[in-house]
Amino acid sequence: MSHLSYARAMDSFQATIDADSRIEPRDAMPDGYRKTLIRQIAQHAHSEIIGMQPEGNWISRAPSLRRKAILMAKVQDEAGHGLYLYAAAETLGVDRADLLDMLHTGRQKYSSIFNYPTLTWADIGAIGWLVDGAAIVNQVPLCRCSYGPYARAMVRVCKEESFHQRQGFEILHTLSTGTPGQQAMAQDALDRWWWPSLMMFGPPDASSTHSEQSMAWGIKRHSNDELRQRFVDMTVPQADVLGLRVPDDGLVYDEVTGHYSFTQPDFTELYEVVKGNGPCNEKRLATRVKAHEDGAWVREAAAAYAAKQMERAA
Amino acid sequence: MSDLFTYALRLGDDALIAAQRMAEWIAAAPQLEEDVALGNIGLDQLGQARSLLQYAGSMDGRTEDDLAYFREEREFLNVQLCELPNGDFAHAMARLLYFASYQHLLYDELRASADETLSGVAGKAVKEVAYHVDHATQWVLRLGDGTSESHRRMQAALDELWPYTAELFESDDLVRRLPVAVDPAGLRDEWERRVLAVIDESTCSRPEASYQHRGGRSGQHTEHMGFLLAELQHVARSHPGATW
Repeated sequence: MSHLSYARAMDSFQATIDADSRIEPRDAMPDGYRKTLIRQIAQHAHSEIIGMQPEGNWISRAPSLRRKAILMAKVQDEAGHGLYLYAAAETLGVDRADLLDMLHTGRQKYSSIFNYPTLTWADIGAIGWLVDGAAIVNQVPLCRCSYGPYARAMVRVCKEESFHQRQGFEILHTLSTGTPGQQAMAQDALDRWWWPSLMMFGPPDASSTHSEQSMAWGIKRHSNDELRQRFVDMTVPQADVLGLRVPDDGLVYDEVTGHYSFTQPDFTELYEVVKGNGPCNEKRLATRVKAHEDGAWVREAAAAYAAKQMERAA
Repeated sequence: MSDLFTYALRLGDDALIAAQRMAEWIAAAPQLEEDVALGNIGLDQLGQARSLLQYAGSMDGRTEDDLAYFREEREFLNVQLCELPNGDFAHAMARLLYFASYQHLLYDELRASADETLSGVAGKAVKEVAYHVDHATQWVLRLGDGTSESHRRMQAALDELWPYTAELFESDDLVRRLPVAVDPAGLRDEWERRVLAVIDESTCSRPEASYQHRGGRSGQHTEHMGFLLAELQHVARSHPGATW
């Protein structure tokens, strides 16, 4: 492309962004925009498939057949989300296999929340309620993301996530109105998942590295702190309904602003977990890599079989 | 216990234990598409199990969860094929080919049962297991006729699981005297015809006749079953009287 036509293409890109319209795969786009999206969509896809593990951990032990069926469907949904997110990333000219390789070799990350262990059945409720709840707050604005394929994938993902969030709340509601042992289990899960859930919105605005450019490109619509506030405002009244105590002594409703003030999570923990120093980082990645490596001969066989079929048809 | 209760339990336990094993593949499958597909199949099996256990429970005042979580190992009536540990992906597909082909023939006949619940469950399930058979068939062909490694693994899986297939077709007084049941002995020839056609096309050899395991229908299981149930039942049994 000549300098002049490149300049024109970039003008047209900016005009699309300014008009709040969607960029589509064949449209010209700045390299930085493409790279940012590939990174973000891939990390989102990785989070979906790594996220299958902490919940998958409880399928075999789900305490009723109805819960088992719901949990299987939920974890299966997450595999489906991974599939369409990888497909959305592929519209930007990358390959799912390469992205998986980046995940497996630690060159791309996934959401740090999945580096925490699921220790009791109540954790399945807490993940649905808090983690999927936080994911929805993060993801609803992405339905209006400037990149069309990502925005459309998110519409579907968000619909399913909202079902996931409700089932999580319902699990905890059943526990919190159940036996003393079940109530204790529910409170313990909230105590452990509250702070990591707040960290899901990323570092405070003042130290967020990618935010400003992503906002200008219409990839990101709200700041980390805005979204975190929205999550707290939404979640605290739900905890009241559950009769569970949010483990934050600094939590106060401010009549004037209509928002809760709350204690910020310990972001040094977030940075440590992102760096690899969380309770399950090694296990999650090792499990993922093992599934991939154990499946190599199957994928090779499928490719060899397809090639033979092509040859026979020719 | 009535014959009908026992019969519904046999079919329901097969589906329940198959689903429990199938679910272990979720997040461990060779590719993401397969996590979705095996999850789907497991959900179908679990759905069949729930319908059948609810039906059995309705005859003696128990719920599906009473039956799934609070019976002892000797009271489970599934065939041993369903409870064996997963092994590699070739084993998963060999088991699914054997089991779903059996279920397909069974449900197809059970649709005509005079028992409305059984025929209703069968009418829905027969469509689901037709897909399971197709999925297993496609993989047995790919693996059998893929690479030399996949051929070796597919052959090993077909051979190792074959000794657990006779039990699927075991007849006894109960199925012979219960008019709404299907006597599985009558399904064997057609099952063999279908399964062996897939094996032949996959370029694998037909498994040889060998020792055949039995006992599941009378509650005698493999050593693996206790561990499977320990995992399945642990949380529910730790909180007696709780609802979930």
